[in-house]
Amino acid sequence: MKILVPVKRVVDYNVKIRVKQDGSGVELANVKMSMNPFDEIAVEEAIRLKEKGVATEIVVVSIGPQQASETIRTALAMGADRGVLVKTDVNVEPLGVAKLLKKVIETENPGLVILGKQAIDDDSNQTGQMLAALLGWAQGTFASKVEVSGETLAVTREIDGGLQTIELKLPAIVTTDLRLNEPRYASLPNIMKAKKKPLDETSPETLGVDVAPRLKVLSTVEPPKRSAGVKVASVEELVSKLKNEAGVL
Amino acid sequence: MADSLQAGERMIIEPIPNPHLTPEHLAFRDVMRRFVQTEIEPYANEWDEAGEFPRELYKKASAVGLLQLGFPEEYGGVELDQFYGNIASAEMARAGVGGVGASLMSHTIGLPPVAIAGSPELKAKLIPPTLAGEKIFALAITEPSGGSDVANLRTTARRDGDHYVLNGEKTFITSGMRADYITVAVRTGEGGRGGVSLIVVDTATPGFSRTPLRKMGWWASDTATLYFDNCRVPAENLLGEEHHGFRIIMRNFNSERLFMAAGCIGQARTCLEETVNYARERHTFGKPLIQHQVIRHKLADMTMRINASQAYLDHLSWRVMNGESPVADICLLKNQATQTMEFCAREAVQTFGGAGFMRGCKVERIYREVRVNAIGGGAEEIMRDLAARQLGY
Repeated sequence: MKILVPVKRVVDYNVKIRVKQDGSGVELANVKMSMNPFDEIAVEEAIRLKEKGVATEIVVVSIGPQQASETIRTALAMGADRGVLVKTDVNVEPLGVAKLLKKVIETENPGLVILGKQAIDDDSNQTGQMLAALLGWAQGTFASKVEVSGETLAVTREIDGGLQTIELKLPAIVTTDLRLNEPRYASLPNIMKAKKKPLDETSPETLGVDVAPRLKVLSTVEPPKRSAGVKVASVEELVSKLKNEAGVL
Repeated sequence: MADSLQAGERMIIEPIPNPHLTPEHLAFRDVMRRFVQTEIEPYANEWDEAGEFPRELYKKASAVGLLQLGFPEEYGGVELDQFYGNIASAEMARAGVGGVGASLMSHTIGLPPVAIAGSPELKAKLIPPTLAGEKIFALAITEPSGGSDVANLRTTARRDGDHYVLNGEKTFITSGMRADYITVAVRTGEGGRGGVSLIVVDTATPGFSRTPLRKMGWWASDTATLYFDNCRVPAENLLGEEHHGFRIIMRNFNSERLFMAAGCIGQARTCLEETVNYARERHTFGKPLIQHQVIRHKLADMTMRINASQAYLDHLSWRVMNGESPVADICLLKNQATQTMEFCAREAVQTFGGAGFMRGCKVERIYREVRVNAIGGGAEEIMRDLAARQLGY
């Protein structure tokens, strides 16, 4: 079975995000970029399925500027086999991503697509679900456990208040949650091997998908700063503040 | 730069740009940074106080490819340029626990003589398990009677049938307590450099024993004195020809010194990074420490020396990659690096004040690692003299 894993190039999770002076978005110039952490989990899961003999090939897809090929190389260094870059400088929204992925899937014919449940930049949490709808495939979102047996897939989902296990028919879409696995390091020998792995390039135009944004960003603002706390002298003062200032009593 | 940082945000200080670095170098740097952050840094104090680190770390270091760096591919290594080694040293230095790197990487001095001069059988037996993190390798040259004076070493190896019989002592041996194999410099012939050979000793051999040493720094590293008492070692463990050990030892020193220089510059940079971040948080006389001119000058001086040393390191690494052997400059680089580390460790602890004197903070740990770098791998005095002679002065 072939597994397809989409990966997104995002601002590194260690970087403190800054809003651009004009409020049009966040500052990306000279900022360290890395693979979306949920996508790393997706790559890791695919590699584990390959190590178990369930998967035969792992294809990694990224949609973004030329530099997104570095993100693909990271996945190849972890152990994926082949990469596809859908090159565009447009900031593609989840529906556009899902439509592009659908086109790639139609040529690649994977038996399983594993995506991160969301990207840490826009936190949309939409692409996997939209892709499943466009393809008419089964979906298992927020997975914390994935088991393939024959033509079916058991997915344990992290839902409010507990875990839910569902059985899906392949081909299917899985989106990863944090506890699915702990991604491995790309080892030095594999970083060197990744250089030689095939990486194809295509574009939204070639795939015939209109990726023009449907949403307009009106403004981007910093979260409100947390103000300093106060010390209270007595229980009475605390109760009074909770009642009159915080309004929680 | 500092003004654009938000409260509570740390400034990360990267090396000055090296135009020769490729995306693969940078990818390896990312991997190393994450490895050090998750597998070493959280345990730095614990391991330092315990005087050792878990053996498991060797396997973890092998999983990221760190142990394989610079060894032949046919024996499980990854042959890459010097910049990879420099990156590894610099990232290890970010944890500020020199003893871990010293023991974890002791095979980078013990194993190259095997890769250079060992028989194919010996290479196949010793290199793969060491690079896999299953066996620990050390190098033993220094003796109680003298360190850098390799030509006058006294431990003897007498040929007896198909064995050599070793007698003597070695001391200050990094990884000495835990090593499974040790490359030992021995006297097989007459006095002087012409009578020195290298032989690999399996530490399970009868007649071999060792005792631990307590040190000023490198606490997390196991250092030992080794004793050879009629220790019978198979003759096939000899590296290269009999009496030809001196040249192999000398060849080893170039890469050891580059590694050490990269580590020292890295630790100096760690001192700077710690100091900048501390000085931004700490308030005295109504303003952050960093706004006092006397402190800002310290930071500028540290930066100047670190950047100059880094440029020297990058330049010499590039020359080595191009097939040169700039011995004199490598000696001077090592001194430049150790003196930069000494200066930065001093200014870091000085800026931290009482907090820097307390055990367990990063700059205090690095302060304790200064001397071993200025002495090991060729003392500063030896380096100067060797450089001057090489330059024809």
